[in-house]
Amino acid sequence: MSARRIFTAPARLAAIPPYVWMVLFFLVPFGFVLKISLSQTAIAQPPYMPVFGLSEGIDGLKASFAALSLDNFRLLVSDNLYLASYLRSVLVAVVSTLILLAVGYPIAYGMARLPRRWQGIAMMLVIVPFWTSFLIRIYAWINILQHDGLLNKVLLALHVVSTPVVWLSTDSAMYLGIVYSYLPFMILPLYATLAKQDPSLIEAAADLGVSRIDAFWLVTVPLSLRGVGAGALLCFIPIMGEFVIPDLLAGSNALMIGQTLWLEFFTNKDWPVASATAIVLLGLLLIPLLVYDRLQRRQLEAR
Amino acid sequence: MAVHPLRLSRFNVTSLVLGLAFLYLPIVILVIYSFNASRLVTVWGGWSTRWYTEFFNDRAMLDAAWMSLRVGVVSATLATLLGTLAAIALTRGTGFRGRMLMSGMLYAPLVMPEVITGLSLLLLFVALDAGRGFVTVTIAHTTLTMCFVAVVVQSRLAGIDRSLEEAAMDLGRDPLRAFIAVTLPLIWPAIAAGWMLAFTLSLDDLVIASFTTGPGSATLPIRIYSEVRLGVKPEINAICTLIVGFIAVVIVLASLVSKLSSARGESAAPL
Repeated sequence: MSARRIFTAPARLAAIPPYVWMVLFFLVPFGFVLKISLSQTAIAQPPYMPVFGLSEGIDGLKASFAALSLDNFRLLVSDNLYLASYLRSVLVAVVSTLILLAVGYPIAYGMARLPRRWQGIAMMLVIVPFWTSFLIRIYAWINILQHDGLLNKVLLALHVVSTPVVWLSTDSAMYLGIVYSYLPFMILPLYATLAKQDPSLIEAAADLGVSRIDAFWLVTVPLSLRGVGAGALLCFIPIMGEFVIPDLLAGSNALMIGQTLWLEFFTNKDWPVASATAIVLLGLLLIPLLVYDRLQRRQLEAR
Repeated sequence: MAVHPLRLSRFNVTSLVLGLAFLYLPIVILVIYSFNASRLVTVWGGWSTRWYTEFFNDRAMLDAAWMSLRVGVVSATLATLLGTLAAIALTRGTGFRGRMLMSGMLYAPLVMPEVITGLSLLLLFVALDAGRGFVTVTIAHTTLTMCFVAVVVQSRLAGIDRSLEEAAMDLGRDPLRAFIAVTLPLIWPAIAAGWMLAFTLSLDDLVIASFTTGPGSATLPIRIYSEVRLGVKPEINAICTLIVGFIAVVIVLASLVSKLSSARGESAAPL
């Protein structure tokens, strides 16, 4: 106990460098996003009207306040392009998370039932693909899914289809890519809660005459909801802002919000609108985080 | 706690096998096709290494690879330093002011969409009038990857028995020395793993690098991405295989290092 008290002082010192770094390169940049989201678009370099320049003194500052505008946000609400992008992002994230849950749960469950010494190996095998490049994993699928790619060849050879199926630039390809990329994020938290479950609970259920399948739904699943929540959150939030996967695998007629932001920024050079898009996206992402936090707190109180 | 696991059902085995096949098959196929002699990516023309030769003659690709390696090494090293300090502060510095903010700032980037992180950093660099290139990409990658390092090191630190450190202090070491002599060797594998993770994440990043780099200093993922957008090319298969192989070597090294040092740590622990 004494050690803890003595050690707090150096630990505080240790906090200073990472603290300063994160404030400077994580917190402050958000101030800039907010500031530029409120400024006017300009055809200049950088392409926005300056606001809050301190060079012109108090009068300049007053003028800056007057120049602030919510125009960019108004545009986001009024133009269907943005609304459609946000809705599509939510839809894609929800559907992907559900598929990930359906695919990831059996795998995590199987892992948790392996003999102890195999569980570590299984976990390594799930983590390793996460270490290999994200872009390469998507590219590997382009190889397989293209017009004369392996998938079509196999399907043709097996006489499942008579003409090659178009896979690339479709939503199916995009969902496949998302599930493939985010599967480890879903499996690991699920496995963590499933592995901790006491098997004697299942044995007790069996002693009471509950069938294996019923025991799974009555005991295993409810006790793993914590892992379900964590896995869903870990997948849902980054998928909402996903750019690379829909850009490479989905068609270009419907965009996710990450793609719209990218387009505004790099192609249209409209930095203020891109910033406003980012601010609204952040606000949207806070919702699942707050819900999760609320649920967890309620669980703690219930104990 | 001798928890004996329940019998594996056929369903468990099937889902494990299918799941792992799903995770690995695409990469295996990519590697096989990189040795394809045919220019048509999908027609098998026999084994060949011509696409590897092509890559090693591609000046722009090589420059991008070199840039990525430099950014990776420098940012991973910085991130490991900062992330380890942050982990120490979070596990040991109970109740310092702003602890909540600190953990918030460390966890947020883990799930933050990369487009937002990239955009916000770029706006900062523009406002500071900083020329974009190696330095800005390195700063951006350090910011992202130090959070991963902090999480990895923190989980290891939390599991360390503090009585060893206390014993060292009872023997007259000051807290800092006791930490360096006793705890640092024990968390060394986690620090090494954190570095490897930071390095591979940096090597992998496309979105944040696209925002924060300038003309003429493309990283490898940026180059690959612009090629991939134009379609599949056998040369890209070869580059991707090289990256996969490189990362596999890094992982094997990492697990060897952590095995060796944890074996040493255990023998040193009784002291």
